[in-house]
Amino acid sequence: MPHDHSDHDHPHSLLPSDPALRVKALETILTAKGLVDPAAVEAILETYEKKVGPHLGAAVVARAWADRAFRARLLADANAAMAEMGISGRQGEHVVAVENRPGQHNMVVCTLCSCYPWPLLGIPPAWYKSDAYRARAVREPRKVLAEFGVTLPGDTAVRVWDSTAEVRYLVLPERPAGTEGWSEEQLRALVSRDSMIGTGLARTPEAGA
Amino acid sequence: MIPAPPAPSQFDEPWQAQIFALTLALSEAGHFTWPDWTQALGAALKERGANRPLDGGQDYFAAWLAALETLLARRGLALPAEVEATRAAWERAYLSTPHGQPVNLAAG
Repeated sequence: MPHDHSDHDHPHSLLPSDPALRVKALETILTAKGLVDPAAVEAILETYEKKVGPHLGAAVVARAWADRAFRARLLADANAAMAEMGISGRQGEHVVAVENRPGQHNMVVCTLCSCYPWPLLGIPPAWYKSDAYRARAVREPRKVLAEFGVTLPGDTAVRVWDSTAEVRYLVLPERPAGTEGWSEEQLRALVSRDSMIGTGLARTPEAGA
Repeated sequence: MIPAPPAPSQFDEPWQAQIFALTLALSEAGHFTWPDWTQALGAALKERGANRPLDGGQDYFAAWLAALETLLARRGLALPAEVEATRAAWERAYLSTPHGQPVNLAAG
């Protein structure tokens, strides 16, 4: 943390913000009562700060593009397919993969709060949690998509999936043309986070890898 | 396992990551179900977004903190008075610990 208070000496430690102090207070109380194990909190923190992120979702999508049987398993039972790749959720969340195809585009929102396929994509971006996106994704998805720079053919239907605590959706974007024979590793580089939320498309070979 | 690229933290401030992990740990320990939590968070977001739209950043985690405090108070796991007293103790500890030394609650 950079110090920009060089105009005076610190007789004491920098006081954290009010929310930071409140979180410390909750941790102190809950730990003292034995309701949480600080090591468990630390392990979760480590996982979400360092290990989980959209690269995991991209690996799943790339495999689905490269391997037809895996794709079928992913669409039939995403949790089982993810488990094959060593990816699992913590809250027993049920993941459902929805497939984009010609004439059908899928897009994901959580109108209640911010339910999101964490095990595959990590922590959602701020816009996903904003009131504007949560309200408008359902009401005017095409307009929202246009703001993300996505223009779909007029005859493509847009289906919006509302996530819940129990069901989290992953969009399986369409495989870009011109990637025949590409390895999974090459394909991964084309899978953006937004393409798995449905507010983007997979990168083209020219733009991507 | 798929190698992770070095990704920047998705959290703006450390306390946001901390409360996120704390909430998951509480749920995993069985103190509330995840649907209970999303209901609480949804209600807090709705209440706070009533006057002005939330941007999904700092205000989102402020709602998260309020939701967790409410849920813990309702379940009798951490009461508002306890939280206030412990928060005040941490504040005193910070103010009385010389800069550069670890801050412990006992110092307060």
